[in-house]
Amino acid sequence: MTSEVIMAGFGGQGLLFSGKVLAYAGLLEDRELSWLPSYGPEMRGGTCNCSVIISDEPVGSPIIAHPNVLMVMNEPSLDKFEDTVAPGGTIFVDSSLISREVRHTDVDVVYIPATQMATAMEAASLANMIILGAIVEKLKVVKSDTVLDALKHTISARKANLLDLNLKAVEAGRNFIAAK
Amino acid sequence: MSVVFQKPKSLTDAVLHYCPGCTHGIVHRLVAEAIDDLGIEGRTIGIAPVGCSVMAYDYFACDMIEASHGRAPAVATGVKRSLPDRIVFTYQGDGDLASIGLCETVSCACRGENVTVIFINNAIYGMTGGQMAPTSLIGQVTQTSPYGRDPATQGMPIRICELLAALDAPAYLERVAVNSVAHVRQAKKAIRKAFANQVEGKGFSLVEVVSTCPTNWGLTPEKACQWVDEKMIPFYPLGVYRDKGAEAAKEAAK
Amino acid sequence: MGEKALMKGNEAIAEAAIRCGCRHYFGYPITPQTEIAAYMAKRMPKIGGTFLQAESEIAAINMVYGCASTGRRAMTSSSSPGISLKAEGMSYLAGADLPALIVNVQRGGPGLGGIQPSQSDYFFMTRGPGHGDFHIIVLAPATVQEMADLTRLAFELGEKYRMPAMLLADGTMGQMMEPVVLPADETDPADVMKGKPWATTGTEMKRPHNIINSLYLKPDELEKTNLSRFERYAQLEREEARWEDYLMDDAEICVVSTGITARVSKNAIAECRKRGIKVGMVRPITLYPFPKEALAKAAAKVRSFLTVELNMGQMREDVLLATGCTRPVAMCNRVGGMIPSTDEVVAAIEKEAK
Repeated sequence: MTSEVIMAGFGGQGLLFSGKVLAYAGLLEDRELSWLPSYGPEMRGGTCNCSVIISDEPVGSPIIAHPNVLMVMNEPSLDKFEDTVAPGGTIFVDSSLISREVRHTDVDVVYIPATQMATAMEAASLANMIILGAIVEKLKVVKSDTVLDALKHTISARKANLLDLNLKAVEAGRNFIAAK
Repeated sequence: MSVVFQKPKSLTDAVLHYCPGCTHGIVHRLVAEAIDDLGIEGRTIGIAPVGCSVMAYDYFACDMIEASHGRAPAVATGVKRSLPDRIVFTYQGDGDLASIGLCETVSCACRGENVTVIFINNAIYGMTGGQMAPTSLIGQVTQTSPYGRDPATQGMPIRICELLAALDAPAYLERVAVNSVAHVRQAKKAIRKAFANQVEGKGFSLVEVVSTCPTNWGLTPEKACQWVDEKMIPFYPLGVYRDKGAEAAKEAAK
Repeated sequence: MGEKALMKGNEAIAEAAIRCGCRHYFGYPITPQTEIAAYMAKRMPKIGGTFLQAESEIAAINMVYGCASTGRRAMTSSSSPGISLKAEGMSYLAGADLPALIVNVQRGGPGLGGIQPSQSDYFFMTRGPGHGDFHIIVLAPATVQEMADLTRLAFELGEKYRMPAMLLADGTMGQMMEPVVLPADETDPADVMKGKPWATTGTEMKRPHNIINSLYLKPDELEKTNLSRFERYAQLEREEARWEDYLMDDAEICVVSTGITARVSKNAIAECRKRGIKVGMVRPITLYPFPKEALAKAAAKVRSFLTVELNMGQMREDVLLATGCTRPVAMCNRVGGMIPSTDEVVAAIEKEAK
């Protein structure tokens, strides 16, 4: 199985980090993988995205033309990437931030009010981890438990006190899918 | 018979290529005497510049590195960071240190690198045949200032000791000359101190030596020495511009 | 074997350099390679090494020159515009026969250009980046693992042949993360200074003085140093060319590509193979020395070549030279920070297959 995941939104939403957690989970499972960020000034408030490939085969190009998983946290990113999603792929939309519906028809769409959920948990900046939890629960890109492990390894020392909250956010995303 | 005068040990037997009357020979000797006096030849590494003293690597008996034009302070930094217990000095002219390498000079001084810089200021590019230097005096005629240096179009001469004295880090800055016996004696003290400072770990030391270039100044060696007194020193006053060691001693004595 | 880690290409270079016994890094910030400096700034003080943010790219390469003169494994890193500034220093390193590591994580140019990936410094690096007749060793990684592995090779080849060595990556290679296995055995920084009788470390009054120098005012002497240097280059070209043959056994079309475009090409080749096109790839790992023999060998059996590059066809000229223009060499390229998509490369291969 090869998962080609694009996570996109504004700089500051933690998209590069959620991608890194996913990639690290791939590492823990001894899968083949790559993580590629957009880089440059757009990191500071502009649009931002990263591409994560997790596969059982060696990864060729780390650049994803047709993702089978798209996670979007702002409307410009939905506009930009919606039509590139491979047929049968899944789009995860933070419906607290994006008011419009996905127009693409041959994809599965999960609307998740991640930012609202995160705010209710008093962790407004962890919407990214909620969606990550939803992605792994629904698509088994990696095992959900591995993501929790990966979080423990990747969270910076500066934010170590937020680990529990991050773990809870991932759980919230998993539960959101499980309850559906 | 007792020996009363001999060549310093840390000079090689190579014959200097400098023009008659040039003061590079004197300054080489003073540097070598300082090295001998402190007994540091075996652990000294010198950096030669681009300029008349480009072949200084043949003249000093310690290990030597030839740097590209103006970069000696950066090269010295690389050596010193690699071998902090070694004594590292640069020997640079005015074009090298104060023009093309000014950034390296200021930055090395600003970091307070524990190195010794010997700066030869003779107000002209000698090696290339007498062009205007950053330190050429107002009105000075050179190949590239044939009507005399005009501040309106060619700017003012740069005073390195004063410039570096604006920085906090340098440990020792002194301007000396070598156009008279008395000046040579003072220069010898200053150069020795600049090396001793490094041995003691005091930090960045620079000695600016107001020098002559009889060939490109178009003067006899004797007239060139007079010109230093009449023209150079009034614009480049001799003296100590920074001496942290002395300042600390003064504080302690209070 | 060391532990598998997840690292950015830039970080892999930095960590690999440390494990190679490099304790002296001099650099200046520039995107997209600044992670190397940041990594060194964090690590070096903790292991008794030196990280120094130089006042300029020029100062940084000259600090490397000074440090390398003492026999250390010294390095600097930059990206294209910064490498232009280091050209003088690279020429002096070559002229003084000093080994040193220079990393160039390329971005689009000319001028200030952009910050997105590029391979447009190919000519500049492979033809001798600076004034005078000289070469530096140029290695082109295509995975994060190679970013680490080729760092060691660069130090080792540089010392063996007494010349500067460059890791020539593109911005993607610097920024992407992949699993990487770093060598568990670390080189002792003291060991790298051994066996370098030319180093200026102080005579200790036990030997004649050493001189690190590139000035020879007598033309016959300067000629001699050039000729002897080119003898070493000839040996380097004979013995050290490295490349990867990918599905070349039955290939009728040969893709030639490095770095990120080699990765894209692998995807394109897989797709074309599905469509029944016999296509393979020769991926040069050393750009200087260029794997001429591998290309000449390929020319004997393939119909045509296709270079996939992030420049206007600079490596294509080396392929033409290596193959003696005996086969057509097509090109699939994007510039300015753009990267050809897998579909674009597939289309270019299909065109060759017709």
